[in-house]
Amino acid sequence: LYRRTQKMFCVGEESWVDSRTVYIGHKEPPPGAEAYIPQRYPDNRIVSSKYTFWNFIPKNLFEQFRRIANFYFLVIFLVQLIIDTPTSPVTSGLPLFFVITVTAIKQGYEDWLRHKADCSINECPVDVVQQGKVVRTQSHKLRVGDVVMVREDETFPCDLILLSSSRHDGTCYVTTTSLDGESSHKTYYAVPDTMAFTTEQEVDSLHATIECEQPQPDLYKFVGRINIYKDKEEPVARPLGAENLLLRGATLKNTQHIYAVAIYTGMETKMALNYQSKSQKRSAVEKSMNAFLIVYLCILISKAVINTVLKYAWQWSPDRDEPWYNHRTEHERQRHVVCLFIHRFLAFMVLFNYIIPVSMYVTVEMQKFLGSYFITWDEDMFDEELGEGAQVNTSDLNEELGQVEYVFTDKTGTLTENNMEFIECCVDGNVYIPHAICVRMLSRTTFFLDECSFIKDFTSVCGRPTSFYISSSPDEVALVEGMKKLGYTYLRLRDNHMEILNKDDEIERFELLHVLNFDSVRRRMSVIVRSSSGECLLFCKGADSSIFPRVVSGKVEQVKARVEQNAVEGLRTLCVAYKSLTEADYQEACFHLTEAKLALQDREQRLAQAYDIIERDWLQEKAADTIESLHKAGMKVWVLTGDKMETAAATCYASKLFRRTLYLWVCYSANTRPHNHIYTLLHLVLHRCSLSVDCLDFGLIIDGATLSAVLKPNPESAGHGNYREIFLEICRNCSAVLCCRMAPLQKAQIVKLIKASKEHPITLAIGDGANDVSMIQEAHVGVMGKEGRQAARNSDYAIPKFKHLKKILLVHGHYYYIRIAELVQYFFYKNVCFIFPQFLYQFFCGFSQQPLYDTAYLTLYNISFTSLPILLYSLVEQHVSVETLKREPSLYRDIAKNSLLRWPVFLYWTCLGVFDAVIFFFGAYFLFDNTTFTSNGQMFGNWTFGTLVFTVLVFTVTLKLALDTHHWTWINHFVIWGSLLFYVIFSLLWGGIIWYNFCLLQMYYVFMQMLSSGPAWLSIILLITVSLLPDVIKKVLCRAISPLLTVPMACRTI
Amino acid sequence: MITAMMASSYNAKEEDGHHSGAAGHGGAGAVKSRKPDNTAFKQQRLPAWQPILTAGTVLPAFFVIGLIFIPIGIGLYVTSNNIKEFEIDYTGVDSNSPCYSCARNFSSNSTTPCTCSLNFTLEQPFESNVFMYYGLSNFYQNHRRYVKSRDDSQLNGDLSSLKEPSKECEPYRTSESFPIAPCGAIANSLFNDTLELYYVESNGTRNLVPLVKKGIAWWTDKHVKFRNPSGNSNLTIAFQGTSKPVNWRKPVFELDPLDSENNGFINEDFIVWMRTAALPTFRKLYRIIQKKPSTTPTLPSGRYILTVTYNYPVLSFDGRKRMILSTISWMGGKNPFLGIAYITVGSICFFLG
Repeated sequence: LYRRTQKMFCVGEESWVDSRTVYIGHKEPPPGAEAYIPQRYPDNRIVSSKYTFWNFIPKNLFEQFRRIANFYFLVIFLVQLIIDTPTSPVTSGLPLFFVITVTAIKQGYEDWLRHKADCSINECPVDVVQQGKVVRTQSHKLRVGDVVMVREDETFPCDLILLSSSRHDGTCYVTTTSLDGESSHKTYYAVPDTMAFTTEQEVDSLHATIECEQPQPDLYKFVGRINIYKDKEEPVARPLGAENLLLRGATLKNTQHIYAVAIYTGMETKMALNYQSKSQKRSAVEKSMNAFLIVYLCILISKAVINTVLKYAWQWSPDRDEPWYNHRTEHERQRHVVCLFIHRFLAFMVLFNYIIPVSMYVTVEMQKFLGSYFITWDEDMFDEELGEGAQVNTSDLNEELGQVEYVFTDKTGTLTENNMEFIECCVDGNVYIPHAICVRMLSRTTFFLDECSFIKDFTSVCGRPTSFYISSSPDEVALVEGMKKLGYTYLRLRDNHMEILNKDDEIERFELLHVLNFDSVRRRMSVIVRSSSGECLLFCKGADSSIFPRVVSGKVEQVKARVEQNAVEGLRTLCVAYKSLTEADYQEACFHLTEAKLALQDREQRLAQAYDIIERDWLQEKAADTIESLHKAGMKVWVLTGDKMETAAATCYASKLFRRTLYLWVCYSANTRPHNHIYTLLHLVLHRCSLSVDCLDFGLIIDGATLSAVLKPNPESAGHGNYREIFLEICRNCSAVLCCRMAPLQKAQIVKLIKASKEHPITLAIGDGANDVSMIQEAHVGVMGKEGRQAARNSDYAIPKFKHLKKILLVHGHYYYIRIAELVQYFFYKNVCFIFPQFLYQFFCGFSQQPLYDTAYLTLYNISFTSLPILLYSLVEQHVSVETLKREPSLYRDIAKNSLLRWPVFLYWTCLGVFDAVIFFFGAYFLFDNTTFTSNGQMFGNWTFGTLVFTVLVFTVTLKLALDTHHWTWINHFVIWGSLLFYVIFSLLWGGIIWYNFCLLQMYYVFMQMLSSGPAWLSIILLITVSLLPDVIKKVLCRAISPLLTVPMACRTI
Repeated sequence: MITAMMASSYNAKEEDGHHSGAAGHGGAGAVKSRKPDNTAFKQQRLPAWQPILTAGTVLPAFFVIGLIFIPIGIGLYVTSNNIKEFEIDYTGVDSNSPCYSCARNFSSNSTTPCTCSLNFTLEQPFESNVFMYYGLSNFYQNHRRYVKSRDDSQLNGDLSSLKEPSKECEPYRTSESFPIAPCGAIANSLFNDTLELYYVESNGTRNLVPLVKKGIAWWTDKHVKFRNPSGNSNLTIAFQGTSKPVNWRKPVFELDPLDSENNGFINEDFIVWMRTAALPTFRKLYRIIQKKPSTTPTLPSGRYILTVTYNYPVLSFDGRKRMILSTISWMGGKNPFLGIAYITVGSICFFLG
């Protein structure tokens, strides 16, 4: 072995890349055993914060300017600084500064929270064994190779390999709630050679190295090897697996203390690695927002080009270009002609740059961030039993909740309660029901006993061996409870022996030899036990489809019939089979298992008997009602389950997913069918679908095997066209689809398939288990269901119960969508209104880039005069009441397919903006046209002109929002009237009504002079009325045309 | 980017919770506190007024708006129509115009002013105060280069700005190494035609119509915004070391040597000119003809002569100069637009209603 290790070390550097050697206790291995190569690992400091005190400003600025809009304004600002532009750099610098500051404060605050969290974690005390003594130190000082002592209810400070535990059997119990959300207690095992250590001294005397893979984020995978050196002997190598690895973030339970060695620390722990990998989802609204921005950018550029060209045309005669009263500076004259052109173009760009709403992004962000609190605050989505309300993990997708077209739901635990009840069991075709135990049963104890013991074995593996039983899997709980009713009580697990109290109050002991945990690929779980009589038994539990093919004897047909019958009734079934192993068989299996724990697949067992256990799975309350609402709301609900077809179909009927009138197509069990068979089937279905699409609802049931056949590109079927397309076509025509027997990855595939289809529908996936995570991550919006568990962390939204889906989609989703849509459109509208008069003014000032408005107005328009009303509107608007939305799910259809952010709507808003701008400008123009409008005959100048336009603008834009507001709370009143008042007060102050120093400004007394004139008031009123008139007329007409509740929506979509 | 940040911040908090005393298993107390507050705001149940724009509510509103707007419009229209306005172009483009020769032979450095007289007749008497304007066309006072070419702090009497005018005044900042006061293109192009009005009585005698030059500028401009350089009551000394604008014939302290309250920067003609017009065709208040105490109209109907000292060249940029006489109502000068607009909008609303 020495030679082997030598050789391994010499193999080359590449093998080093994916494994690491950890020296326990930092002790060198015995001389000559192997080369001692100290490696450098990061310390155990967790850094979830992004910034430090020093790099916050540069790094945050860099991050922020990576966003295209911010960068755009930075460029504009720099252009203003460099060249002589019509507006001062302040006008774009200040809003940019404001936006950057607000974002930086928000991010800084979040980072500060993270710092605080990091700090408390990094400084929490840890007990380290050093020189045979326990030394208390701080968590962040921990190094790889340190031996750590962890006490009960303490959290593991880093990823550890369990060396020994205070329990005799070398096990410990751990809850990983904060890691994957599973609240169950899991059992971990110490290395067999070290599990006897009980004191620090013993642990300290250990001489060993651990070779393991480099850190990787998968929580459930770990491969390693421990080499233990005993005095002058060959080192003993033991395999290490995930069951030896205690993960950072998990908590020790029901174990006094453990000794363990640190192998991954700090940012290399699996928990830290997991936090970093989260992909970002972008909402459809954001996409349309960006599209609109590009349109506006084009408008901006074309405006600048038009004006530049016209400027040159206009300046053709030198009298216009440089009349005697207005000469250019020497500097300007000497400029090169190309340079001058660019200069002028850029000046126009700067003048019109406000058409791109600078504060839109920050407002949208605030709206999303603050708005998401309404979901968390919602009392209706609070579940008393679980003590949990809804959670929002990604506020970016709020509005996407109003856009969902496809809902993919898991069945177990999501649609149904995950509370199992043991109904009956069927052994060799005989049915046993717990509450009707007859004497007859006793005569047949042998099998039954075995079965019970199996269950006990099984449960003991996963369960927590205390007087009450907690398990991660609810069906195990049901089994143990059911067996108890049959007279077999599971007592405890002691020293790898399970103790079971049988009917005669005798304790039977089974030695637990091996556990092969459940995984979704094999869909079964096996244990090997040795009974007190010395017989080795292998039990296998799993879904019928994975058990039956392996059963070689017994009354398979009878059991199968029973299973199917029960499945049709909507019960969940579980099959158990066993085989007694000869000693030789066992040894061989043992050998395979210990040598190659990962290569489990080659273990092909033939099982002797089949049992069937049936449990009832209750439908969650109001699940049917919710599904019905979702249907009415135009969403397509797909059930993706790993369950049997019959059970799943029964659930679907019960939950009203399939109505009785539904015409069902079943594509099932295609393992044996040739591909072209599926193809013809699909074609047939498609044909029928298209023929009678109006008169009948279609439902489709498809199983995992068929699905993979459909989705797999098959060379033989190349001539038959693409299955995918046909399948998609069918699915689009079906109102309900049930996919059963799905592997987790297949669920994600389905979601991906639908997402990638032509219309790019918005998908939502809801599920509660780890097997739904991939689906949730794939979908646009992931919602986690009841038993939140691992799915919680990966979902974007977490709700306690399936029924809450109704509120979160139909009410919150609807509101958020309406709000954000209005927000986006309004932002573009108000900036068109703002900038278009300035564009028109260029035609009257010789294309000289003279700004129409004062600098302060240009600066503050977006950040203070018109910012708050729309933000608050987008937080509290309710165009229809909550009750109506709940009552009329069909309202959801009104906003489907991003209907409020489509091009026609966008065009309407833009046209309205242009119309209003024209009204503002020409209204003021004709009022000013060569006359006075004061009663003392004095004349007004260009600033009064701009102020008049601006006043009308601010009032119109704010009142337009007031017209759109359907839900006037005091907040709306406050911000709308408040911001108008603020504008007036600001203008008065800026006009120098109090501070004499403002007399140097061009706006000195301009606003007051304007207000002192009667016609100015009259024209302001008139222009506001005219500007608002078309929108009011449109609203009234829409309402008159369709006097339904849905009118506001119908009108928005024109 | 933000998403990732927020997500991780939630995680951090969560993590924090678990580390600091296993909040996840904190028992019933912790669970209870997680229940959201039942406040109207948090539950989105704030009491609200929910107006819905229906034909039933809006049409009567239209009707009312129509009813209000139409009378206002009619009132405005009638008022505007009652205003008497007379306008005469004295540019001298036409060869038979009296100012033709002045316009043709204009030269900025001629010392002898060119004068021309125009005859006109007022058909109707002008009652009450009459306002005399000069109007310029095609003159881009709103050109950006022009608008910014001024130094407000100099005009406010700041001594340092007097000696060191702002860069914005280029190229009218210095003249022969002396700072220009007032600097800038606006000041440099000060309108310097002198207009005089004579009433020709039936017997042929000319009576000079008294023109008042006080009160033509904004009060705040005259008294706050514009200040002569402080320190010396003698403006000649105050402006020492500065140069007159290149196009001016006389320095700023000689704008109105007779009235010290109207001289220098606080000269009202100058202040009026300094308020740049919004549009290329504009008028500016020149003089006020005050109402006579007697019952005779301010300007009785009849023949008048306008004498122009022609100093201001506009033909080079194809501009026009006008003299306007106008009476004023509460709503200002003659402007039928507002009245017509009100009537139109009012009728639209009315008919919609």
